[in-house]
Amino acid sequence: MNAAPTLHAVLPTLSPLLPELILGIGVLALILFGAFRGERSTEGVNVGALILLIVALFVVVTQPTHRVTTLNGAFISDAFSRVMKALILLGSSATILLSRDYFQRERIDRFEYPILVVLCTIGMMVMASANDLISLYLGLELQSLAAYVIAAFHRDDLKSTEAGLKYFVLGALSSGMLLYGSSLIYGFTGTVSFPGIVSALHAGSGFGIVLGIVFVAAGVAFKMSAVPFHMWTPDVYEGSPTPVTAFFASAPKMAAVAMSVRVFAGAFQDVAAIWQQIIIFIAIASMALGSFAAIGQRNLKRLMAYSSIGNIGYALIGLAAAKEDGVRGVVIYMVIYLAMTLGAFAIILSLRRGRQMFESIDDLAGLSRTHPVLAFCLAMMMFSLAGIPPLAGFFAKFYVFAAAIKEGLVTLAVIGVVTSVVGAFYYLRLVKVMYFDEPQAGYERIPPGSAIVLGLSSVVVILFWLAPAPLVAVAGAAAKALY
Amino acid sequence: MFGLGILSGLLIVPLCGAAFILTLSGEERSVARNARWAALATTIVTFLLSLVAWGRYDATSASFQLVESHAWLTESIRFKLGVDGFSMPLVLLTTFLMPFCIGASWTSIDKRVKEYFVAFLVLETTMIGVFCALDLVLFYLFFEAGLIPMFLIIGIWGGKRRIYASFKFFLYTLLGSVLMLLAIMAMYWHAGTTDIPQLLQHRFPVGMQWWLWLAFFASFAVKMPMWPVHTWLPDAHVEAPTAGSVILAGILLKMGGYGFIRVSLPMLPDASQSFAPLVFALSVVAIIVTSLTAMMQTDIKKLIAYSSVAHMGFVTLGLFTLNEQGIQGALFLMISHGIVSGALFLGVGVVYDRMHTREIAAYGGLVKRMPLYAVAMMVFTMANVGLPGTSGFVGEFLAMMGAFKANPTVAFFSVFGIILSAGYALWLYARVIYGALDKPNLQGILDLDNREKLILAPLVVLTIYYGVHPAPILDVFAPSTEALMASMKAALSTTQTAAAALPLAR
Repeated sequence: MNAAPTLHAVLPTLSPLLPELILGIGVLALILFGAFRGERSTEGVNVGALILLIVALFVVVTQPTHRVTTLNGAFISDAFSRVMKALILLGSSATILLSRDYFQRERIDRFEYPILVVLCTIGMMVMASANDLISLYLGLELQSLAAYVIAAFHRDDLKSTEAGLKYFVLGALSSGMLLYGSSLIYGFTGTVSFPGIVSALHAGSGFGIVLGIVFVAAGVAFKMSAVPFHMWTPDVYEGSPTPVTAFFASAPKMAAVAMSVRVFAGAFQDVAAIWQQIIIFIAIASMALGSFAAIGQRNLKRLMAYSSIGNIGYALIGLAAAKEDGVRGVVIYMVIYLAMTLGAFAIILSLRRGRQMFESIDDLAGLSRTHPVLAFCLAMMMFSLAGIPPLAGFFAKFYVFAAAIKEGLVTLAVIGVVTSVVGAFYYLRLVKVMYFDEPQAGYERIPPGSAIVLGLSSVVVILFWLAPAPLVAVAGAAAKALY
Repeated sequence: MFGLGILSGLLIVPLCGAAFILTLSGEERSVARNARWAALATTIVTFLLSLVAWGRYDATSASFQLVESHAWLTESIRFKLGVDGFSMPLVLLTTFLMPFCIGASWTSIDKRVKEYFVAFLVLETTMIGVFCALDLVLFYLFFEAGLIPMFLIIGIWGGKRRIYASFKFFLYTLLGSVLMLLAIMAMYWHAGTTDIPQLLQHRFPVGMQWWLWLAFFASFAVKMPMWPVHTWLPDAHVEAPTAGSVILAGILLKMGGYGFIRVSLPMLPDASQSFAPLVFALSVVAIIVTSLTAMMQTDIKKLIAYSSVAHMGFVTLGLFTLNEQGIQGALFLMISHGIVSGALFLGVGVVYDRMHTREIAAYGGLVKRMPLYAVAMMVFTMANVGLPGTSGFVGEFLAMMGAFKANPTVAFFSVFGIILSAGYALWLYARVIYGALDKPNLQGILDLDNREKLILAPLVVLTIYYGVHPAPILDVFAPSTEALMASMKAALSTTQTAAAALPLAR
């Protein structure tokens, strides 16, 4: 160590932060551009935001896979953060692609929207890379605040404002719980850094830690919309503008799951016995509620909300296994879930005639006659969500269930597969409506942005079984980074 | 070619045909015509290809042949295909029945023709895949994947209650299979692989075998279907279009039996032996109860569906006798039932296309207007009853012989099945074909046309041929059955010596 202060000692290593920096600086430039050009800049800001996200994606993918920490250990970049960030960026880019047409039709096309999405993305990336409780909270709040605003982006629409407000009030409450839990953990371990917590817990843990973990788990569960902290999800999903719903169902889920894996499988690795039962309970409750409550839904967005609750339950099975295989299962699950969700929303967003958007299940009636390709893709998404092979959703479930079986969580796995059969019922109902019912008037052509998203996700969902090995290998490397 | 073997070819050809049909576009009638011919050509090519595979297959060996293995999920879960004496005949049965299904759908399917044939060809791939898979995960993949096209076939082109039937079919079979998936995972973690040939060598602890056996049983019993989880079958059969019923009865039901002989018996021998009484009991109940139920049906298809459940009772009975005759008989019955029940459904389809009703009461005296049809149906009905000289006899006789060896009481009760089957089948024949031709709308009914003759004639020939000369099929089964018996005997005796040695060790 050199005693004289060099530039290196003053300024932390910035290379692991590069994607976040690119997004941060870029988004500031876009704000200025938007502010000076006014409403005419919307097109440009949209394209700019998309380019930023894609550049960041490229940088993330080319980052080294070994573990690097910076900012005094508050920020970590490893194989796990790399995969989750790539998913977050894919989700955000897809959102920008899906949003354009809808916002134009609804006449709420403002330049702030892509900027908020990018800001939200930065927050999510920090969540995936957080290596202590403070940076985790910072990322979470940046993500949440941007999300509250875009939920209420359709400000003249009663449901949208209600969604934004509901999301904000409940979100603030859950952030409070997370913060309270963090302070307890800090109090009982004397550190906020994850490696510090690991070594402190290695020495032993007391009741204070249990309390802290419970509060953190509550906060995390809210962000993932896992039962019993899911109540906001159907209302916010239904009220928000549909592309925003697509966003909420994709990228923030990735971040929330990344965060929970970092905290539980990372920081609390040695006290798995404490949190494992919490996660098992949350998983079972989410799967059950996601399957049973969705049966009565008639609105596609609400249906997708319950579907996402159920899917988080399945992903958490992997976390509950609390081993490397389990985390690998979670990563694979999230990749495939992202493709299925974005694909399904791309189709929901193309159910429109003029300014009218359709979002009821009955509006899908006979879609196989009027739009055979769309119907086929949606049917494949639904079969995949139900976990029917050879579609990708089967492999997602395969890996988390396999991890659970390996760790002897047989009851959890059995409950999981049984609820997946219940879930299959409502996914099949969509197929039934599209294929067995009589058609009604057709819709307009799918907008180009949605077509790109749908095409890519359909390829992943339908053809995944031909070459599953690369993803499994990447997910395996990501899981290894944590253990 | 491209590093792929002939079995991959069998999987790819139908998919290519389906892809080609998907690209057809233009005027609706010409698309429909082209789709029919393309589907027929594809299934015939697949059949010829399977004959080539059969030519390369050495029927005297019990080992897996035509094996090919490609990298897939991990090093230990591979895309591995291969056939042995148990699967080769079933592959041939599948490829053989498919052109008949296409032929049977020639005129009766008139809406969404393109999609129909695509679904059928995809279904063919999944069925061949089930029988060729040499990896349990791959087996499961094909086993389940078949649900998607079948769900669509029943739901789109089915009868009045098609939606109810398609959901029931899908969810029932799915619920059974998901437990099997968990069992496959448990096997994977225990043995470190899902490779079937390696698992056949692996010995699972007896306590674990019980759970695994029950999980697989949940799946295969539903698929089979065994009493009391058979209720999806009559609904699915009645509502499915003719070709769908043929495939259901002919092939899909055989997957359960194939699963028992591929997984339950060889990999879980101790549990199979322990649970054999349970299977016997369910089989005997199935044989007697569903035969009685069949007698009371007023719908022709439903009657045949219940008779299928009864025949499958003979198959499970034969398999779990755990002796050579019983297993051989069960396997032969699977093939024979595939041909005969398929043929019966095709026969029902012939009159359904003319009269659009399946009510038994709507028919009568058909022999006067349709002599050829009456002859064909006579052969199939007799085979269904198990008359000596038809293929139905050989399987049932062997299965019962095996049952007698294993447990005479069970054999005694199962004989009633044969008597009852004569009851319902002959009574059905009498009511439909004989009697007075007094229904006014039957007066103008026409006998078989050339297409129908072409479809039914080969099936009549095969039914009788395999009845008088069953050796070609039995000889294929024989080496694999012998190998299975030897490995089971070895496994069971080591368990017994271990159990006997236990008190001494203490």
